[in-house]
Amino acid sequence: MTLQITTDILRQIHAHGEAAYPEEGAGFLLGADGTPRRVTAILALPNAREDSARRNRYLVTPRDYLKAELEADRLGLSLIGVFHSHPDHPNRPSEYDREWAQPFFSYVITSVEGGQAVASRSWRLTEDRSALLEETIQITG
Amino acid sequence: MATLRIPTPLRPYTEGQSEVSVPGQTVAEALNQLIAQYPALEQHIFNGDGQLRPFVNLFLGEDNISDLQGLDTPLTESDRLILIPSIAGG
Repeated sequence: MTLQITTDILRQIHAHGEAAYPEEGAGFLLGADGTPRRVTAILALPNAREDSARRNRYLVTPRDYLKAELEADRLGLSLIGVFHSHPDHPNRPSEYDREWAQPFFSYVITSVEGGQAVASRSWRLTEDRSALLEETIQITG
Repeated sequence: MATLRIPTPLRPYTEGQSEVSVPGQTVAEALNQLIAQYPALEQHIFNGDGQLRPFVNLFLGEDNISDLQGLDTPLTESDRLILIPSIAGG
């Protein structure tokens, strides 16, 4: 499993995580599923969790989800994943991430330390929902 | 038959279809029919106790079925159900 992403889009993901710091920031990955799976755009979204929980939780409302799917359709793209940040925390998925994960999606997690994005890793849910397995991020351009 | 809109991450289980027709008088019956047709969907919609997973939202028009009669919400032939996952993590 490989997720191909451009330097520019990765920079946008990092910038969103830094802007949201010390809270979690999140959004959708848009692109095409293939080999490799390719991200061609992102859709950054507000964190809909209540104030007190946004430091370690994120939520996208159903309304924002549906808007994102329609926007992907409009662009001739697909929703292929979700990105979010882990403020002052490693870029590994939490148990909560696994419980709420959707099949098929790539989950890009960026560690943001002291307000500075450090590194991103990507994960996909196994078919039996028991784990999120890491996939390779291939950075292009 | 009512129609059910399938979100992108579940479409690999419905042969890529974004909408499927589901017979049933209630939301529960429609979901059971959906799973009879696409059994691999079950674990992503229901937990081991047969309850909807917490990230599964079903809308009938603008209304979340949890604000109606839940899984017992009646359906008519012309109804369009929309399944939307809550996207969340931590």
